[in-house]
Amino acid sequence: MSVDRSGRLSMWRAAFVVARRDFTAILFSRAFIFFLLGPLFPVLVMGLAGGVGAQVQSEASTADVGIAMEAADTDAMLEARREMRELIGPSVPRMVELERLSPGEDFDAVTYLEEREGSLAAIVTGTPQNPTLTATANRLGRWEGMVALVAAHAADPGAQTYPAVSTTLVETSGASENSGRLRTAQGGQLLLFLLIMLLASMVLSNLVEEKGNKIIEVLAAAIPMDAVFLGKLFAMLGISVVGIALWGSAGFALLTAAGISLSDYANPGVGWPMFFLLFAAYFAMGYLLLGSIFLAVGSLAATVREVQTLSMPATMFQILVFFFASLAVTDRGGWIEYTAIIFPLSSPFAMVARAAMDDSLWPHVLALAWQGLCVAVFVKAGASLFRKRVMKSGPRAPGRKRPLAKLLGAVFRNGSTPPA
Amino acid sequence: MDMATNLDPSPPPAREADIVRKPAIEARGLVKRFDGTLAVDGVDICVPEGAIYGILGPNGAGKTTTLRMLLGIIDPDEGSRRVLGADNPQHVARRIGYLPEERGLYPSMKAYEAIGFMGALRGLPLDEGRKRGRALMEEHGLGHAVDRQIRQLSKGMAQTVQLLGTLVHEPKLVVFDEPFSGLDAINQGKLEGLIRGLADKGTTVIFSTHVIAHAERLCESIAIIAGGKVPYAGSVEEARDRIPAQVRLETRNAEGPWRAALPGDARRNGAFWDFALPESGVEPLLKALVEGEAGIQSLSIERAGLHDAFVAIAGEAAARDMVTQAAGDEA
Repeated sequence: MSVDRSGRLSMWRAAFVVARRDFTAILFSRAFIFFLLGPLFPVLVMGLAGGVGAQVQSEASTADVGIAMEAADTDAMLEARREMRELIGPSVPRMVELERLSPGEDFDAVTYLEEREGSLAAIVTGTPQNPTLTATANRLGRWEGMVALVAAHAADPGAQTYPAVSTTLVETSGASENSGRLRTAQGGQLLLFLLIMLLASMVLSNLVEEKGNKIIEVLAAAIPMDAVFLGKLFAMLGISVVGIALWGSAGFALLTAAGISLSDYANPGVGWPMFFLLFAAYFAMGYLLLGSIFLAVGSLAATVREVQTLSMPATMFQILVFFFASLAVTDRGGWIEYTAIIFPLSSPFAMVARAAMDDSLWPHVLALAWQGLCVAVFVKAGASLFRKRVMKSGPRAPGRKRPLAKLLGAVFRNGSTPPA
Repeated sequence: MDMATNLDPSPPPAREADIVRKPAIEARGLVKRFDGTLAVDGVDICVPEGAIYGILGPNGAGKTTTLRMLLGIIDPDEGSRRVLGADNPQHVARRIGYLPEERGLYPSMKAYEAIGFMGALRGLPLDEGRKRGRALMEEHGLGHAVDRQIRQLSKGMAQTVQLLGTLVHEPKLVVFDEPFSGLDAINQGKLEGLIRGLADKGTTVIFSTHVIAHAERLCESIAIIAGGKVPYAGSVEEARDRIPAQVRLETRNAEGPWRAALPGDARRNGAFWDFALPESGVEPLLKALVEGEAGIQSLSIERAGLHDAFVAIAGEAAARDMVTQAAGDEA
């Protein structure tokens, strides 16, 4: 049959009509003020998450002390370190063999340390009787005594005096670069998490107005339900972009006024401009993925009360995803990281961390394509769920419950009554 | 002799052109179940272009579900529908206007913005929709409320705004679900005028109602729906013709040869005789009464109303529900 294709709005135009309405309605409402103030409240969460972050960092930023001595001295140092570790415990740094030098051979520890990436934080050269420690300033202060202890034990297990440790200062090392990038990765993940969490409750309640005011019937008769979903998702994305722009500008102004610049921080693997670009892309993907789920679940709720009931499990779910992605930072190249990258909901978090830690770009192209595909599937499934479960009328068969009532019934099995 | 033929103000008679008019809506065997419960059971409807068509039935009969299937809001489990030439009503959404039973507007929107937004959903540029919104509100006596938020309007005014939003894009087919509910008598009259005006311009109007009088005054054709089924679909005239006209006769003479002219089921009611008009018509009856020296004081022939037709078609219980619901509306 012939169908007049101009007989209805295209999906994207319909989505734009909905998005434009939602965007302006939220932007000029009190809700937007609360949204802007929102980032102040999660400071508390940040403080709590900081404990976990510190744990992650201590595990992830293991710093090694390299040994570059003649073969016998290297073996003696490593053996002495093993024995000291048994006696003293984990405060003895891990020591790794860098090179077994021939007698009289020189080793340029400064250049080696500055050029090497990874976890190498210091190098001990010379001999156990006369060791030289090359490291950054804070590592020198921290490890000088420990190196003296290990060297003394390596030179003579029964020694009562410690050798004097010569020190050479370097500006940076692979480990300090690594540690800085790790902080950037964690910061990026945390920021991403907070931004998405802020939006989640707004998305959950996004369809309540339409359902409460019976506007959904007008929308459903005029445009495809997928367009309503897309419009609402993108309106919230637009709102968050405005919020981020405002907070970002304020933050940039504060940092500039305080004389702080990004060059003071470790350069992310992909560089700052690309990092910002990827952060924005992963924020959009992360929001769209979680947002499409929350919008679909929220669409089953008919009242604000039901939305409130849904908020807690939704928040807990987000925290779980965030912690999983945080764990991936400690397992670079391991199965946890790859699982976090492949699992759609944790993928944006894991990839933001990767952008901070690693300089290769092609994984981001793949990840964004994968996440884009998942967004399309999630939105379609959400819209389909909405169409099937909500856009209907007529009598309900006796004994049948609404899907949300079923869900809540399962949660409140101990005799309490689910909200109406 | 006082003889009056007491016929109701008639709706526009079905025009001969109806026979050749293309159908704006054609539905065959629509079936819809919700959680296993049959809500609509094999509904057939054909609405010619430019007609005013009523779907008549008590609450819960399946009117709204039928309309939602015709609009593509929900899909039928069985059957097919063709709206303005398209199998999928969503494909012609720009040419359709819909006023749902449960009215809804964004409370924070200004009245003219709400009309513009509803037009935009149907493909009208937002600015044009808003401009038309202002003009329509002026035209309908709501010029003072153009810039007011919906939440600041009375219920009746908000309903009018939504009605104007339904029409702002000048649709070819307008679907109203219970459009008269919640309106006072004056606004019901205005709405009836508006519906007639739409039909005069060639717009097809289909509306559901549980108030028989509205359908009787407005519609050329109706579908009676009860328990999810459509026991009758056709013109109002045909529905009324299913019931013979009722005759009320008053005579000077109580007895006489004229009594033989009365049908066997004639009932005495005080000074009157009530009976159904014989199939042979009024003229042979009159002749027999005159020749039989009845001394006719008064004779009225009352054509059956749509209510009587509804009772005959849908049953006493459905008619009782309709009357109760209509009374509830007025209360």
